[in-house]
Amino acid sequence: MAVDISAREYTTIREAAGPLIVVEGVEGVAYGEVVKIVTPSGEDKMGQVLEARRGLAVIQVFEGTSGIDTAKTRVRFTGDIMRVSVAQDMVGRFFDGLGRPIDGGPEVIPEDRLSITGEAINPTARDYPREFIQTGISTIDGMNTLVRGQKLPIFSGAGMPHNALAAQIARQAKVLASGEPFSVVFAAMGITHEEASFFMHDFERTGAIERIVAFLNLADDPAIERIITPRMALTTAEFLAYEYDMHILVILTDMTNYCEALREIAAAREEVPGRRGYPGYMYTDLSMNYERAGRIKGRNGTITQIPILSMPDDDITHPIPDLTGYITEGQFVLSRDLHRRGIFPPVDVLPSLSRLMNEGIGPERTRDDHSGVSNQLYAGYAEGRDMRDLVAVVGEEALTSRDRKYLEFADEFEKRFVTQGKNDDRSIEDTLDLGWDLLATLPEGELKRIDEHIIKKYHPSHKGE
Amino acid sequence: MEEEGIITKIAGPLVVADNMRGCEMYEVVKIGDEGLMGETIRLDGAQAYVQVYEDTTGLKPGEPVIRTKSPLTVELGPGILKNFYDGVQRPLEAIGKKVGDYIKRGVYVDALDRTTKWDFTPTAEEGKQVVGGDFLGSVQETKVITHKILVPPGLSGKILELKAGKFTVDDCIARLQTDAEDRELTMMQKWPVRKGRPYKDKLDLEVPLLTGQRINDTFFPLAKGGTAAIPGGFGTGKTVMQHQVARWADAQIIVYIGCGERGNEMTEVLEDFPKLIDPYSGENLMERSTLIANTSNMPVAAREASIYTGITLAEYYRDMGYDTAIQADSTSRWAEALREISGRLEEMPGEEGYPAYLATRLSDFYERAGRVKALCSDSEERIGSVSVVGAVSPPGGDFSEPVTQNTLRVAGVFWALDSTLADRRHFPAISWLRSYSLYVGHLSEWFNKSETPDFTEQRDDMMSILQKEAELQEIVQLVGADALPARERGTLEVARLIREDFLQQNAYHDVDSYCSLEKQYLMARIILQWYDLASEVIDYGVSIGKIEAMGIKDAMARMKYVPSEEFEKQYDKMVKDMKDEFEALKRKEAESA
Repeated sequence: MAVDISAREYTTIREAAGPLIVVEGVEGVAYGEVVKIVTPSGEDKMGQVLEARRGLAVIQVFEGTSGIDTAKTRVRFTGDIMRVSVAQDMVGRFFDGLGRPIDGGPEVIPEDRLSITGEAINPTARDYPREFIQTGISTIDGMNTLVRGQKLPIFSGAGMPHNALAAQIARQAKVLASGEPFSVVFAAMGITHEEASFFMHDFERTGAIERIVAFLNLADDPAIERIITPRMALTTAEFLAYEYDMHILVILTDMTNYCEALREIAAAREEVPGRRGYPGYMYTDLSMNYERAGRIKGRNGTITQIPILSMPDDDITHPIPDLTGYITEGQFVLSRDLHRRGIFPPVDVLPSLSRLMNEGIGPERTRDDHSGVSNQLYAGYAEGRDMRDLVAVVGEEALTSRDRKYLEFADEFEKRFVTQGKNDDRSIEDTLDLGWDLLATLPEGELKRIDEHIIKKYHPSHKGE
Repeated sequence: MEEEGIITKIAGPLVVADNMRGCEMYEVVKIGDEGLMGETIRLDGAQAYVQVYEDTTGLKPGEPVIRTKSPLTVELGPGILKNFYDGVQRPLEAIGKKVGDYIKRGVYVDALDRTTKWDFTPTAEEGKQVVGGDFLGSVQETKVITHKILVPPGLSGKILELKAGKFTVDDCIARLQTDAEDRELTMMQKWPVRKGRPYKDKLDLEVPLLTGQRINDTFFPLAKGGTAAIPGGFGTGKTVMQHQVARWADAQIIVYIGCGERGNEMTEVLEDFPKLIDPYSGENLMERSTLIANTSNMPVAAREASIYTGITLAEYYRDMGYDTAIQADSTSRWAEALREISGRLEEMPGEEGYPAYLATRLSDFYERAGRVKALCSDSEERIGSVSVVGAVSPPGGDFSEPVTQNTLRVAGVFWALDSTLADRRHFPAISWLRSYSLYVGHLSEWFNKSETPDFTEQRDDMMSILQKEAELQEIVQLVGADALPARERGTLEVARLIREDFLQQNAYHDVDSYCSLEKQYLMARIILQWYDLASEVIDYGVSIGKIEAMGIKDAMARMKYVPSEEFEKQYDKMVKDMKDEFEALKRKEAESA
């Protein structure tokens, strides 16, 4: 808790540059300590110690350094690290990027004040995620299954409907056996008012607003604040999940803005840059957010994460999607090509992946044919897409009859399996049956990825035998 | 109080302390009031730069820094196997019991439990002269591993006393008369992780490390004592590959290092290994494994140390005469930790911000692999090995980046993962065109042993078919498959069989996950026989369409799901069916003509 006695105040700012200030003559400053800054005009700002030396502290200021001078600005060291007040009452409320209410409601009466950094979960304490979450979206449920406790980002690009997809997931997600809905912790980093209000309206329309905690840092809010926003959200999520046994879906959007803020600070500190000017520790920093998803043995609540990030120029090798992909357990990749052709949701299944899928599907969880159907659909669609490239060069006449079947298969797959309405909530059985309908258009001998007895059981031409 | 330094600066995992004159490079120090563990990585006058193995939030300038006068060491003795450590050998389960579900800092727990009593059986004799590496006795560490208690390297002398019975790792089990003094020996020894354990001689690599994975064993084999690199972008299956090697490799000891990777992946290993049965010993895999987990969100400096901790444990078992294998997933995260620390030291960066000494550190690490004559008296000959499989995570899947390139310079096997293969769910997504193994030549004698005299010949045949396919594909891209002559289309068809029925292997299928070498040999044989027969009937005039539609191909597609032990029976039947079907094709062709 903030101890006032240890609070020390200084007016000895030596330097202000970009988001940083340097204070000298300080004593006993702790690394990571929170500071309160009061500008001559009386404006309050918050900051955090990035580097502590004897007699010197480098501080990042979350609200930006405008209005700070080197004569009268007061810097007070609180003697405490960054914390967020948490309470069950936060559900249904809206906060700014630093956790202050912005919905006109009263201050939250804290049940606890938790450090926002979070500690690493001991790998021996983790419970492996394996409960299937039905999102009602075929490309996800059928081929890139999400499970409770997973972190699965959406890789999108400017102008693509990632928000609509995320909202649909948030709305429809449920665990089959329990039917319990998820509570949603929503953290916005640097998204526009329009995007934010899209989510809010969608949550309001569907009644989800009752079970949501939102932290909003919008495009015109201070950029450095974005470093804190996801940590606030995740700390709240951990509290609700592990203290109140809730199942939490955390949506973080847009992680690209978060990384930009990281880069801004690194540049201001004149650090040695890694790839494309992003700091060398970005992988570690991102993982300290993403790794907070999961399940812990002996606790009922879970945290599932869906970070959204826009890939600059749709480039999946850009450091932000690249490092994210190395930490998260898979990714949904949206395709501009599908989007352009009017297909919603434009999930390109080929580069998409859910690493935890194998544990979450199969008999007792979904259905015994799930893994086979999924693999076969992948293989068929990949082959069909190759044929498309081929046709572009040699024309359709040059294809063998087998090749032509795959070509048709790819088209039908996109038309019937990928495409679905924004309110179309397909059960996993429907999704798998749809998969079989498509697979039935291929010769049975081609279905090499499916065990024979499964084909006998589910293939439409064997049904009723 | 001259031993006590004072913190002057804290920046992330790097702490600078003053008044540290006399401190050695790589000496371990205790930092701050909580006594956080750190390691000195640069000295400048009286100042020491320390990388801290724990989170530094809340540390203040002015807090003390205490020297331990010892480099970073690991504890070696019974109790390593079936255990689960972080990057600096702190046992995670014991920490969990002590402080709960999250890893708190400043927690110290002994790497080897001090209360467990092990049943020590002496094998040496009192009065005998021994040197470093000689056996004093043994302990049944797990169901499958007998832990040999070694005289620590560097010591020699006469055994004055040798006990038998139940002891903890702290108890004296023997007394040794050395030139200088009498020494009491325990079952535990310590060793600095950054220094390779000594051996007598390095040997040639002549025996393969079998992994039960067809593309690895048949096409790009790793030798016992060899090194392999698995580079691949995310989603290409590096970790699954690593898990598969850890599960099915015919090494006696497995050290699995999760270096800066996902927490859930380590949990998966933890849950899986005790359930999976080792095909060689019949016991569960945990009986021969030790795991080191420093997940991505755990302190970055400990991540840097983790691979050294891992390889030191492996070397220790090597010295007992075991074949050990370590899996490091991923060395890129280790390199990034190095980069992060180097950046904080404000060193001049090399390529992509990595320090200039990246290549040296990487080769130092990989060179600790090898098949060696272990240290012991000259009267005895003991051979052990350490094989290293390192995953590399190149940014953007671009193999030209420094970690991949520097690794390839030292690794003997290159298992190149290809994202286009992964996208079409061809797993393992190892590219047969880009990968290589430098050990093929050394190992051919072993592979071509009496039961499988043409093993490498078959391999070469399949390889040339795949090469040919790649060439033909270029033509197909231009003119379509129809335009190719029948023989070439036959080649395309058999290449498809090799890819789909041989190279693809389902890690999650109960049977297919592991494929014995005998089965691999027979599977390859069937495919090549099919090709011979198909070429024959093509020359006879049978149309390619009929060959493509053959029923035997369904059976071939399913042969990977036939258990290894039943395979030989199945093989005979398949060969017969295949010959019959080709005969029938020929007959029909003759009739219609």
